[in-house]
Amino acid sequence: MRFQLIGVNHKSAPLEVRERLAIPESRLPDTCRELTAYPGIEEGMVISTCNRVEIVTHTTNGSADLRGFLHDHFHLTADELDAHLYEFREKDAVRHLFRVASSLDSMVVGEAQILGQVKEAYATARAVGAVRGQLDQLFSRAFAVAKRVRSETAVGSSSVSIASVAVELAKKIFGTLEGKTVFIIGAGKMSELAARHLMAHGCASIFVSNRTYDRAIGLAQKFNGQAIKFDDLYNTCDRADIVITSTGAPHAIFRREHGEQFLSRRKNRPMFFIDIAVPRDVSPEMAKLDGIFTYDIDDLQQAVSSHVADRRKEAELAEAIITSEVANFEARLHTLDVVPTIVSLQDHLETIRQAEIDRVRGRMGQLTPEQEMAVEALTRGIINKVMHTPITTLKTAAKESEATTVVDVVRRLFNLHDKEKESAESTGKKNEVGTRQ
Amino acid sequence: MSLLWLRFALACYFIGLVYAFVALSRTSDLFSRIALHAASLGMVFHFVSLTELFLSGHLVWASVHNGESLLAFLCMSFFMLIYVIYQTTSPGVVVFPVVFFLTFVAAVDEQPVLLTQLVSHKGWLAAHIFLIFIGYAALLVSFGASLLYLLQERRLKAKKSTSLISFLPALEVIDQIGYRSLLLGFPFMTLGLLTGSVVAISTYGRLDFLDPKILLSLLMWVVYMVMVFTRWNSGWRGRRAAVLASFAFAAAVVAWAANYFSTIHRFAAS
Repeated sequence: MRFQLIGVNHKSAPLEVRERLAIPESRLPDTCRELTAYPGIEEGMVISTCNRVEIVTHTTNGSADLRGFLHDHFHLTADELDAHLYEFREKDAVRHLFRVASSLDSMVVGEAQILGQVKEAYATARAVGAVRGQLDQLFSRAFAVAKRVRSETAVGSSSVSIASVAVELAKKIFGTLEGKTVFIIGAGKMSELAARHLMAHGCASIFVSNRTYDRAIGLAQKFNGQAIKFDDLYNTCDRADIVITSTGAPHAIFRREHGEQFLSRRKNRPMFFIDIAVPRDVSPEMAKLDGIFTYDIDDLQQAVSSHVADRRKEAELAEAIITSEVANFEARLHTLDVVPTIVSLQDHLETIRQAEIDRVRGRMGQLTPEQEMAVEALTRGIINKVMHTPITTLKTAAKESEATTVVDVVRRLFNLHDKEKESAESTGKKNEVGTRQ
Repeated sequence: MSLLWLRFALACYFIGLVYAFVALSRTSDLFSRIALHAASLGMVFHFVSLTELFLSGHLVWASVHNGESLLAFLCMSFFMLIYVIYQTTSPGVVVFPVVFFLTFVAAVDEQPVLLTQLVSHKGWLAAHIFLIFIGYAALLVSFGASLLYLLQERRLKAKKSTSLISFLPALEVIDQIGYRSLLLGFPFMTLGLLTGSVVAISTYGRLDFLDPKILLSLLMWVVYMVMVFTRWNSGWRGRRAAVLASFAFAAAVVAWAANYFSTIHRFAAS
């Protein structure tokens, strides 16, 4: 396992730095190629989102100058960059990647986009051949871990923005938002955002009203909706299921009598008021009516923060999953590490055996079939007995951290390195098969 | 044998009962799935039990206990129907305890069937029982839905949505469950009462409106009609609908209980 990862994220670097490191999608394939051509790097890929830029590599000998690559690539000096970088190797790199894919390292913990972004980066790097055996395994595992975190914890299940909380509440009232009508009163940024969210979740039509009629028309056009004159507000309002109100009125514009009026015209079908105005547009008296559900800015904010707290709790569970997954992955990789060695050891001894038999044949001439069988059985038996201990030792060592040392010793004792160089191609193929098992 | 199957069903429904008691305080997806499976298994046993009764050849529903068993089964069927359509087990909170109670009473012992000899129109009687029971089941679900509606309304008003997974479906969905059950149940209830009257008239020659059973049934029907009307006409829901539904439900329970006092409906007629 020779993973090495370097990068910046929203915590380690300010936006100005992240901007300079961001790699546009169109340039990703080239960057990946450049990366794998860099000395010491076997496989490599780049994740570039608005909150992070990370370079994940599998190195040839355990350490590559990734900082140097960044300096060269972005034409930045060490002073400008290094203070913002984090770098992880081996197990820590695996853990970091698992956390990123599971959205535990995100600015909004649990947000779902990051997994998709990592998957895209992976597909891009794979397409140009920058990701092969080792990184392939790492990322496949990372996606599986992310899936596990998502299904076993509730880390991504609650909404953590005001607009998405509004959508969630609307769904708790109406079930589906298909065909519902939204009314925006007072054309503000936040109400626009909330309306956009609601429309994206299926709301069918939209009314917009504003003291300045022109602004209402402008906003209505954006949503393909209908502008309503402010004077017609009370006559139209009951046609809306969800009302987002944010006027600058000094006192409530919706009072109890309005609410009663709306409800009787709507045959008591419920209405949802999202009141983001300060001072509030919906009077508390009206909010008490059965069938009128009002959430003001504080209520929404409170829901957001309680969800954030929930997510934090769930994130702890997720961290535990990651820890165990990192350990599993490490153990598996170690096992895979020893497989090529076992294979070449077997090959090596088999070659010796064949050579010795050929030599004997040369000296003694043609053997009878019985003799042939006896020699075959005898030599095979010896080889198997000799190999038994080294192979079991390798397999046991694979489960522990000493695997690399043991592998090294065995290779040196049997002179497997030179052997491999001789038949680099055929062994290489076998190794590949070995790692894929 | 039928009684044995019924007791198996009862054991399954017991899990549902436990679910009903804990579902409101803590949400567990796993538990609701367990409850659902237990309820399904219970229904299978229950169905076997009812089939055996049916095959015994008598007009057996006319015994109070067998009737209770049938009613419990219909309520469960209703619950399952809602689950299939709306993917929610929440009405179980109300349905499970009632079903458990009915099944429990029915599973205690066997009762002789006595009414059949008195009745000349067996077909009418069977129709009466079936129709009325479907009406009852619908009413129960509607009543349950109105309580859940109240609960969900409270929660939304209190603005405390702490749990990550909400056990209750959306307000409008609960409302729909309640209203649809109500609409579905009304014609059954009405026809059930009509066929009942036919049976009564043909057996006794007249309808005694002072008989508690008839009086209460009529009252229940009137409340039922008021519910449907107010809902249809002015969309009453929430608190007002819940009050009405409770009334109708109470009337139904009393009307059921009146089986034990009524002269025309008493099964152990002399």
